[in-house]
Amino acid sequence: MNELKTAQAGTLESNDIMITLTPGAEGSGVVIELESIVLAQYGQAIRKTIANVANEQNVTDIYIKAVDRGALDCTIQARVLAALSRAGVILQKELI
Amino acid sequence: MNQVTNAIGRDLPVSIEGYGQVRPFVGAFATAPDMLRQAPKVKRILPGEQKLVNDIETVFKKIPVTDGMTLSFHHHLRNGDGVVNMVLAVAAKLGVKNLTVALSSVFPVHAPIVEHVKNGVVTGLDTNYMSGSVAQAVSQGVFPRPVVLRTHGGRARAIECGQLKIDVAFIAAPAADDYGNLNGVEGPAACGSLGYAIPDAQYADHVVAVTDHLVPYPLSPISIPQTRVDYVVKVDCIGDPKGIVSGTTKITRDPVGLKIAETTAKVIKAAGMIKDEFSFQTGAGGASLAAAYYVRQMMEEAGVTGSFALGGITGYMVEMLEAGLFRKLIDVQGFDLDAVRSLAGNSNHLEVGADYYASPFNLGAAVNKLDVVVLGATEIDTGFNVNVVTGSDGVVMGGSGGHSDAAAGAKMTIVVANLLRGRLPIIKDKVLTATTPGETVDVLVTERGIAVNPLRADLYEKFKAAGLPVKSVEELKELAEKIAGEPENISSGEKIVAVVEYRDGTVIDVVRQAK
Amino acid sequence: MDLRRTMLFMPGNNPGMLQNGGVFGADAIILDLEDAVAPKEKDAARLLVAQSLKTVDYGTSEKIVRINPLDTFARKDIEDIVPCKPDALLVPKVESPEDIQEVARLVAAAEKSGQAPVKLIALLETPCGIAEAYRIAKADKRVVALAFGAEDYTASLGAKRTKEGTEIFSARTIVVNSAAAAGIQSIDTPFTDVNDREGLIADTQLAKQLGFKGKLSINPRQIDEIHNVFNPTEQDINWAGRVIKAIRKAEAEGSGVASLDGKMVDAPIVARAERILFLARLLGLAEEVVL
Repeated sequence: MNELKTAQAGTLESNDIMITLTPGAEGSGVVIELESIVLAQYGQAIRKTIANVANEQNVTDIYIKAVDRGALDCTIQARVLAALSRAGVILQKELI
Repeated sequence: MNQVTNAIGRDLPVSIEGYGQVRPFVGAFATAPDMLRQAPKVKRILPGEQKLVNDIETVFKKIPVTDGMTLSFHHHLRNGDGVVNMVLAVAAKLGVKNLTVALSSVFPVHAPIVEHVKNGVVTGLDTNYMSGSVAQAVSQGVFPRPVVLRTHGGRARAIECGQLKIDVAFIAAPAADDYGNLNGVEGPAACGSLGYAIPDAQYADHVVAVTDHLVPYPLSPISIPQTRVDYVVKVDCIGDPKGIVSGTTKITRDPVGLKIAETTAKVIKAAGMIKDEFSFQTGAGGASLAAAYYVRQMMEEAGVTGSFALGGITGYMVEMLEAGLFRKLIDVQGFDLDAVRSLAGNSNHLEVGADYYASPFNLGAAVNKLDVVVLGATEIDTGFNVNVVTGSDGVVMGGSGGHSDAAAGAKMTIVVANLLRGRLPIIKDKVLTATTPGETVDVLVTERGIAVNPLRADLYEKFKAAGLPVKSVEELKELAEKIAGEPENISSGEKIVAVVEYRDGTVIDVVRQAK
Repeated sequence: MDLRRTMLFMPGNNPGMLQNGGVFGADAIILDLEDAVAPKEKDAARLLVAQSLKTVDYGTSEKIVRINPLDTFARKDIEDIVPCKPDALLVPKVESPEDIQEVARLVAAAEKSGQAPVKLIALLETPCGIAEAYRIAKADKRVVALAFGAEDYTASLGAKRTKEGTEIFSARTIVVNSAAAAGIQSIDTPFTDVNDREGLIADTQLAKQLGFKGKLSINPRQIDEIHNVFNPTEQDINWAGRVIKAIRKAEAEGSGVASLDGKMVDAPIVARAERILFLARLLGLAEEVVL
């Protein structure tokens, strides 16, 4: 996991989510910082979706900053995967 | 705690501190009037006496404005208004306290009200719509007493029937003469119709015109007559034109909004309403105004001449009047320069007071003659109750305005809304703040289907026969939640920050402090 | 016969548009990975389109993905997108039958077992593409339509693109003819002035008259207008009904030749009448089953 670069995917447009990944300290796990226009209604669900993608791709020790503008689950998944790929993770396709 | 449940299932306290006894909503037409009209004291002015006063401070001293009074204002200068802030600044300077501000709609420009509340100058607010920092402050519980939220028709009724007793009405007048004849179609701050000021002028104890454009006597046309005006104050500027009227209001370009608008026109056609003498009201922007575009196309194709268009008037409606698609426009508020121009020059463009527009307690408001009204919503529930007061985060961001009035009066009430606003489903089991009761809402049009109130089986049959995508409101709710996921319900605090009155003065819901 | 009266482009890196694609009632939705997406964002768009194909409900619209050209990102696009089960791929800048055959090979390799074969639509946007139109149409069984892209085409010609379209007249008729000769559909170029309703209707009427079966579209506001033009009119439907009646009458009388309004009704006329009635019933414009 130390070979990961900092990477970003997604935009601040309506219905999108901007994901910025930075490698975390060893043992830090998956840390998610979330800002969202629907935090009260979907904050938990968004965190869960992000964490699931990271877990399925066997990624850990990573800091994920997410700025959400009302993205649906499929968009969140796509943006996290894109950021992971740009960070150097070889995506496991069967899970996409 | 003593509670009562109203006719749409909202639990309300029996009495609310800072408001009084709660008369619970019992049905859209269930509460009948039972009173005489408010009767201001008869006054006189002798020949040769002057009404012109140098400044607002002088007016305050002459009346005199004292602690605890109710001062009223109209909102025709919208976000360009300068008069409210001017008057309250004088109140603060003179040390007046505990005022109630009865301002028909609050805009971001009225932000100084928050300071006045913190300083005790203003302790009460009575309004039909709130936006900007005042709305946020209300939601945060800054006001010592709950705000009273009315409808446009309800405010007129409350003034006429004595529930909202106005001590001094300050009327921002784009044009005035020295004897107090007023209109809104002339002057640098021309705003069009002065409809929301008309009840205030008729029933307030004192009426003060504030103008920046004094014309030689007598002014014409006369929207508010000299016979009810005590003082005329000339100031340098009553408001910023750029904030008062937009150049022209444009219909939305958003493809989903346009799709909703087009479907709405098809709904109106399928209901059999595109025919001669058709009457129509629509909102000022978004999908509601776009609906006017498609309705116009249908009217042109069918060669139909409508009777009247009603409400807040935009340039688009003026175009339709000038194209002969409607015989008359009934105007309670102008939104843009075209509306102002048309009111000034076209005798088929009528200015009416808020009472004539929408009051439930008179011998017929204009909304009663409406065939169709197209309205927006922040939320709607499976009982078709509509929220236009709070956003889904619980913060106040609006108010009924004419929503509940038009919904009650129109033969067919259509609410248009994106099924998902951003990620948020617009259909709930129960809206956060009920404003317009479901029994007055007939159809919901979204981009993914149409729902018809079960009370209107007649419309349901017509829409199905026309091949329109009709679904049950529960199905639409499920569809939205399938796409977006089920939202968590947000919780609010305990303190009641606003009381939502229905047009007849009964309480349809309350707004609690946002968390 | 698949309805492709309208094929609506949606930018592949725009979640707001992708999730609403099914709302507009287009016969086909094109999730665009090519011109609508900046080179830096091709990877993100590919993932977004893949997710959208799997989760967004596009209703009855055909799901098409416009991949990138073979000389840029087509391989990766096909590899990642095909397993997500699009109905078809729109292949841009096709210049030769070999282009199509290469794409077909890549698609076959990427398809999962049991997956319905992904169709191909060749977008002809260059003089070479137009010159090879018939051979491209015949290049592979998967090819179900030829589409024409006039903007790039006129740029290559060095001619000015006009609304009236004389400069693309030949190319249009070549595309129609080549597709027809190969037994597949032809789809016309988009009308790019979104605010010109009259111009759109005129251009679409011309396309219909030339024999195109549909039109590419770049804005949802165009969908209903284009459908109105391509839909059979009441007159068409009445005429078609009378043709079929005439045929039946002739058959019943044992006569070999049917006639209508003093003219002989031969096979091509019957075929046209049948197509109109088929479309009419599909669109709910005609109720009785005449055939």
